[in-house]
Amino acid sequence: MSTDLDIILRKYKQGKREDLIPLLQEIQDNLGYLSEEAIVKTGSFLGLSTTKIYGLATFYDRFRFLPSGKIQIMICHGTSCFLNGSQSIINKIKEETGVMPGHTTRDGNFSYEIVSCMGGCCNGPVINVNGQYHTHVKAEQLPELIKRLKYVIEND
Amino acid sequence: MLFTIQVNNKKIKAEKGETILSALNRNGIIIPTLCRMKEFTPTGACRMCVVEVEGRDRLVTACSQPVEEWMKIKTHSPRVITARKTIVELLLSNHPDDCLYCDRNLNCELQRLAEKLNIRERRIRGRKIKPRLDQSSPAIIRELSKCILCGRCVRVCEEIITATSLDFINKGRETHVGAAMDRDFNFSSCIHCGQCVLVCPTGALHEKHNITEVQEYLNKPGIVKVIQYSSMVVYGIAEELGMRYTREFDKILNAILRKIGFDKVYKTGLGTDVCISEIAGQLSQRIENKSDNPLYISACPAWVKYAEQFVPSLIPHLSTVKSPQQITGVLIKTLVADQLGVKPEEIFSVSATPCMAMKFEARRDGMMRKGISDVDSVLTVRELARLIRLYGIDTSNIEHEPADEPMSGRSSAAILAEVSGGMAEGVIRTYHYQKMKKEPDKQIFKKLRSAGVFREISIMVGETEVKVAVVDGLTGLEKLKISMAAGKKYDLIEVMTCPGGCVHGAGLSFNTSREEIKNRSKLVYQADDTEAINLPCKSLSLINLYDKLLKDNADIADKKIFFTHFEKRNVLL
Repeated sequence: MSTDLDIILRKYKQGKREDLIPLLQEIQDNLGYLSEEAIVKTGSFLGLSTTKIYGLATFYDRFRFLPSGKIQIMICHGTSCFLNGSQSIINKIKEETGVMPGHTTRDGNFSYEIVSCMGGCCNGPVINVNGQYHTHVKAEQLPELIKRLKYVIEND
Repeated sequence: MLFTIQVNNKKIKAEKGETILSALNRNGIIIPTLCRMKEFTPTGACRMCVVEVEGRDRLVTACSQPVEEWMKIKTHSPRVITARKTIVELLLSNHPDDCLYCDRNLNCELQRLAEKLNIRERRIRGRKIKPRLDQSSPAIIRELSKCILCGRCVRVCEEIITATSLDFINKGRETHVGAAMDRDFNFSSCIHCGQCVLVCPTGALHEKHNITEVQEYLNKPGIVKVIQYSSMVVYGIAEELGMRYTREFDKILNAILRKIGFDKVYKTGLGTDVCISEIAGQLSQRIENKSDNPLYISACPAWVKYAEQFVPSLIPHLSTVKSPQQITGVLIKTLVADQLGVKPEEIFSVSATPCMAMKFEARRDGMMRKGISDVDSVLTVRELARLIRLYGIDTSNIEHEPADEPMSGRSSAAILAEVSGGMAEGVIRTYHYQKMKKEPDKQIFKKLRSAGVFREISIMVGETEVKVAVVDGLTGLEKLKISMAAGKKYDLIEVMTCPGGCVHGAGLSFNTSREEIKNRSKLVYQADDTEAINLPCKSLSLINLYDKLLKDNADIADKKIFFTHFEKRNVLL
């Protein structure tokens, strides 16, 4: 993994601080998340303190600090989905997976995050499971869905 | 260029280019501020200093807005007061209401603002911040629920200390100030200088208290309670207790400390003298060996940690002499223990300092002999003042008492070490005296005593030229680097973490202005100029220690106890 990181870093100019966000984005695209190692290396590469980078990265919702699960669920929390009851979906998923948004289950299978509008306002609540959209989701459907996803992972 | 502006229907003079706030302050109009720190560029973030400017729809922040000729300003109109009041009410809405138990009770800027703005009821109720107490650091405690996110600590840590171990983490309601990866402080690159504590307006950052521990030991039978205090503590205690400082004040302090219950009272000054002499010895060795590398003075524990983390290449050049506190501490646990006929573990050794990093230093690796730490507990000046108040000592009516032998005397070089550049001056004076058998001309050191983050002098000692650099506050390191990259060579470099030296230590009173800090250094220089014994090697206590006590004690005669070692630290930078 560290070699991947070095390859990415080599594309950028050392000490050029304005490249920080594109650099972090590229690391996340390639590695899936910003590891501590990645943040420390970026810091020494750009001449910024780890604290500063971590502070900046936590400001943005899209940066992750833990590897995502095999199944990554995004739950829309935009206005329309919210009115259609996305909060109950979030609560249900929290209950089913037992982790907080942005975190991954111990077995590494599931992770979920709460996002703003995904552009399906008339079909809310919308969730996105590994790139596949589910519309008009109801909380009661979720246990069934998660069971199915687990089955898929186990038999993959 | 001066021009007139109208403030509250009165005409006042303002200068071109200054902010509204400075024009108002100069004319005796006081406006509350919160996030503002003098000598920093204003951010206008807290909006506490808003004023009404005629012709502007919105209130403007006085701290950041430049004053202009046409301005008609209202500083205390109902609109302005309501705005300020609302800000404080909002800050209080999610603040834990435990002022009575808070470290900063009666000394809190938020509390003072609430009082000033006459807030008498809770109008806005917010969800309280989730409490999080970080006690992991040996010196600094964070209580995140009390943080009002003014950002002063973040700025000090980045702009003055350059360690950048604090930043805002997350956003919105989740925002809090934290270290790298939101870990606890002991994992961070914090150097425990405590400057963040000094600027914190609330109790969100404060020192780790050792008062309870000290109290506990004070009441323990069969234990010899010993305290050492450095010269700055004497000023600091006078300040904290609101007493006038006189030259005899250390004698009053001795009496106070004995009344509290300390069996022996010593001065850290002797440790400073030892430190200076030993460093002078190391310097002389370096110059004889014609070493290319400079000798860095390692008396500032925060600087030592900084070097270990950020510039590990310097570690071999750091002077291995322990800091004054540790030298005195180890002497207490060896010499004094022998003199009193007790075991070292039966001595409880407290140190009072103006420094917060000393709390960390006392816990350092290598500051222990056979499982017995050199210094058991470190109190800041604020804590010591609290202890004195706790014991209800009548300070106005007290007899003068001398400190205990063998650590009662010090040279004026020891007191000089409390200001930035003082330690280097003492070392050079001692070195000069050892080589030439006379003192150097005082005028030479004038430049070392001037202002500026980086100062250098060169002095002729006989035939050899000795170059000295002083880094006053870690921002000066950049200048040192540039200077050394340009090919300049130094023999001795002193680095002080806090700008100004120990006179600006984080263990001293809160809310001290720049003038007061200057005043402290003035007192230090005055003491050095007027006191008779101005070299460590002339101090009777030191002569007694070196010529007699150390020689009589086979265990410590090799002076090994005065030295320590430094190692690279692995922390998140």
